[in-house]
Amino acid sequence: MTDASLNSVPAAPRSRSLHTVDERTRKRNAAEKRFRVYGVTAILIGIVFLAVLAVSIVRSGMPAFSRMVVEIDFVLTQEQFDEAEAQLMKTSAYQAYFNAALQESLNAAGVSAPFDEAAVERILGKTGGILREFYRENPDRLGQPVSFELPASSRVDGYYKGRVTRDTIVDSRFLMKSDLDIVDAMHDAGILKRGFNWTFIQGTDSGVDNPGGAGIGASVIGSFFMMIVVLVLSLPIGVAASIYLEEFAPQNRFTDLIEVNISNLAAVPSIVFGILGLAVFIQFMHLPQSAPLVGGLVLTLMTLPTIIIATRASLKAVPPSIRDAALGVGASRMQAVFHHVLPLAMPGILTGTIIGLAQALGETAPLLLIGMVGYVAREYPDSLVAGFTEANSAMPAQIYTWAARADVGFYEKAWGGIIILLMFLLTMNIIAIILRRRYERRW
Amino acid sequence: MKFVKLSVSALAMTAAAGVASARDNVQVAGSSTVLPYASIVAEAFGENTDFPTPVVESGGSSSGLKRFCEGVGENTIDIANASRAIRESEIEACAAAGVTDIIEVRIGYDGIVFASQQSGPAFTAFEPTDIFNALGAKVLVDGAIVDNPHTMWSDFNGDLPAAEIMAFIPGTKHGTREVFEEKVLLVGCEETGAMQAMIDGGMSEDDAEDACLDVRTDGRSVDIDGDYTETLARIDANPNGIGVFGLAFYENNTDKLKVATMSGVSPSTATISTGEYPVSRPLFFYIKKAHIGVIPGLKEFAQFFVSDAIAGTGGPLANYGLVPDPELAATQAKIEAEETM
Repeated sequence: MTDASLNSVPAAPRSRSLHTVDERTRKRNAAEKRFRVYGVTAILIGIVFLAVLAVSIVRSGMPAFSRMVVEIDFVLTQEQFDEAEAQLMKTSAYQAYFNAALQESLNAAGVSAPFDEAAVERILGKTGGILREFYRENPDRLGQPVSFELPASSRVDGYYKGRVTRDTIVDSRFLMKSDLDIVDAMHDAGILKRGFNWTFIQGTDSGVDNPGGAGIGASVIGSFFMMIVVLVLSLPIGVAASIYLEEFAPQNRFTDLIEVNISNLAAVPSIVFGILGLAVFIQFMHLPQSAPLVGGLVLTLMTLPTIIIATRASLKAVPPSIRDAALGVGASRMQAVFHHVLPLAMPGILTGTIIGLAQALGETAPLLLIGMVGYVAREYPDSLVAGFTEANSAMPAQIYTWAARADVGFYEKAWGGIIILLMFLLTMNIIAIILRRRYERRW
Repeated sequence: MKFVKLSVSALAMTAAAGVASARDNVQVAGSSTVLPYASIVAEAFGENTDFPTPVVESGGSSSGLKRFCEGVGENTIDIANASRAIRESEIEACAAAGVTDIIEVRIGYDGIVFASQQSGPAFTAFEPTDIFNALGAKVLVDGAIVDNPHTMWSDFNGDLPAAEIMAFIPGTKHGTREVFEEKVLLVGCEETGAMQAMIDGGMSEDDAEDACLDVRTDGRSVDIDGDYTETLARIDANPNGIGVFGLAFYENNTDKLKVATMSGVSPSTATISTGEYPVSRPLFFYIKKAHIGVIPGLKEFAQFFVSDAIAGTGGPLANYGLVPDPELAATQAKIEAEETM
């Protein structure tokens, strides 16, 4: 009935034309335009955030790469050397000799601002350790003039980096306002100058009163050994597990369960792996505390799911026709996999591995629990084995440690450390991209 | 995944077998308050002797002592840093694990200061009573114990600025918290008469003491579980904020922080060593005697730590902000004789 009644009143035929845009088309077009605007806005917001992040990191971190150094010719006599070596705090003795030499140079350079021994002490950073190390290694240089470039104190450094200003400086035993006149005069006389901070790149961690001597080098080595452990363990284990699951395992409830668990593990917060590592590797298996070996094992657990998932995805991406063709000409399943499927899946696997490694490299949380925070990256390992087993820190843990120290000089080092860490991550990601671009095959 | 874990464990086990077991560096862990001092000494020890530089881990007094008490052997730590004395229960736990001979070493004193933003309100003088009135959960108002009603510092002390109460105090896992409670809150509680009022109200003395230490939970007192840097960041962002810092940290950041006197005494190395400034505490480390002679450099490190050149007046520790212990000579003799607790 309804049909009849509807048909009985025929609607007036609407004039349609492609040239006149009707209401609905306009709406659809407007919706599409809005969506594009949303998309562009989202990307712009992302770029703005990225830019803000990058600019703030570079701005806060760049100062870590330069430092103010005091450069003078210094002569240490055999008697002074013997006298210093006879003391308990040998480094203080060396430092005192250098201070005296610096005072002489100031006099010779005609620095007009009045200075005393205490002021020179405040201006100079910790130098004793460097001096002692040099003369112990080069006893033949005793008695000869040696040109040393030694770090100025953290606050003098900050004065040239804008951290300390004449307006805000509060007189303290660390630096007096009047010291700044001497510092300016030293700068004019060329005794104090800015140099590239190689110590920051090559050095080890330092005591909290010596920000000028702190470097990230040792913890880079720690991270390196950890990554070796992660690579050596997680790549073969991950690839073997994925090949088995993808190519050989029967499809049943048990393998389904394993698959679900792998996906779940990939989402487990990394701190959980830290607790696991503490309980299993350190408390149960008695592996050494703070060792890159343990850090590597913990990060392996964390990286494995990522690698397995990436490997399985790239194995899946190899078309079945390749397997079928291999099997068809009489290859065994293993031959099919290892001669044909795996080589084709390799770029994907490597990309996944590198991204997994990059993730592990920047991970801090598990390292907090296995004792990599504190004053840990204090020496370079002296052998390959020691590199794995001796206490060392890793880059992110070192950054965390520095950020918590009282002297602002360390805060700047933390930002500098972030730059170095990001450079490593960037390099790894670029390698991953290049591998993918160059070797990936699409079907 | 089980299979993967198993294989990882197996691999780790083989790796462990390959690890040379002789440890030649001293391992230290514990209090984050002692850590800066320990790191200074460790660096100097590495530079001045032929022993390897000791490892100093952070983590807090309690966790350090817990690890210290895990047992004797190369995979346990040699020294635990603590910003408080070891507790009876911890000594028992140690003894149960075979750690019976412990040498207690007091390295000096640490002052705890109250500081605010340079440009903030003039918080320049506090009494323990002020802090208690501002932060206690229950305070005495007009003769009655009530839930803390104060929102401004001037509510209970006209001399203080009319600024919102906002305090950042160390969290309960910090050793600093204990000193803060004992030397400030409890004293304030007693001095305001709140404690007496609680006892009169029918509480036992112990319960009243516990009630005195309760801190208000309405958001005006914030526990900081991180480091002093976190407290500093909070103070930076909050002009009315009052923060609790260690003396050394404050002295390193005098351009940003303004310190308040406590009971009329301004905190400094001098006032703390004479005991005039009330909020201070001794810092300790504990040595496992069984490790002396096994771990190379352990005794030497301890001796180096408390030597006059390091922990004495004018040494690097005092220069960083540690208040030297007037009885340092006794401590030196104690280590020399390996005298246990």
